[in-house]
Amino acid sequence: MNVPPCPRRTRLPRWLVAAVAWVGAAALAAAATVWLPLAKDGVHDPRGPGIALLQQPAEALATLPPDTAGNMVKWVQALDSGVINPRSSILPGTEVRVLDQDIIIARNGSMPAVKFPHRQHTLWLDCSNCHEHLFKAKAGANKYSMTAILNGEQCGLCHGAVSFPLTECNRCHSVPRSQLPPLATASSPANPRASAKVTPP
Amino acid sequence: MKRALFAAALLLLPALLQAEYGDVVLNRHSDKQGVRPVVFPHWFHRIRFRCKVCHSELGFKMRAGSNEVLMSDIIDGKFCGMCHNGQIAWGPERCDLCHSGLKGLPSGITGGAQTSGPGRW
Repeated sequence: MNVPPCPRRTRLPRWLVAAVAWVGAAALAAAATVWLPLAKDGVHDPRGPGIALLQQPAEALATLPPDTAGNMVKWVQALDSGVINPRSSILPGTEVRVLDQDIIIARNGSMPAVKFPHRQHTLWLDCSNCHEHLFKAKAGANKYSMTAILNGEQCGLCHGAVSFPLTECNRCHSVPRSQLPPLATASSPANPRASAKVTPP
Repeated sequence: MKRALFAAALLLLPALLQAEYGDVVLNRHSDKQGVRPVVFPHWFHRIRFRCKVCHSELGFKMRAGSNEVLMSDIIDGKFCGMCHNGQIAWGPERCDLCHSGLKGLPSGITGGAQTSGPGRW
């Protein structure tokens, strides 16, 4: 009589165990690393005498519109909704300039075209922060490169460092090519009538 | 199994110790002068001031490492000293509130941008 062999306990491959453990731990870490306390963020000295006096990120940021990247805050939405109202100038006589004009940049192969909104940028920044040293103030006059951007040039001077990171492709590449007007192959102002409108906020 | 968990913990260590996005460490002079490096939190400042205040009016260039920020200038009311003067914000005598970083930190932008860029920071 043949006795069937005792079924051997199935052993999960070691790499699978490691992968599952890593993914699980990564998910836990992602949940836990939203706004670490300053004393545990790896840059502040937990023994420093100032640490107890500084504002904690969670205290300030948890009340702002939530996001999935960067500071986990939709900063422009925070401005637009009025939940924050940071000062635009501190020196008397500074001209505060806001430009409401979108630029469509469509010379980028098969990716959706880029819509660059001047309004959202000039709510935070002055014209001189980008013009003329980063970008010429003429639609179509600039050459863009994702390689340069990923290396911290052009848009990457801020995006990937303080403003939303470069993982968020479709926030810039937001215009499907099917929606582009004909001949919109170069960068062009999307609303040219607004092109000269510089207004105080 | 234990080894796998240990490996996972090792891999995640940098993620668990992460400054807030946009934090800048200034340590060109601090370590040499025997004080803690400065940790500049962008998130804290942009709730109160738009980028243009510091990066246009105050003259901070937008590339981390391209500004030579000296205490003597701050005390004279330049750079941070434009606000950190005891009127708009705490004054330069409150050393430990800005010089709050761990000794030996490299200067530059920190906070775990999710790309390899910006490479020159």
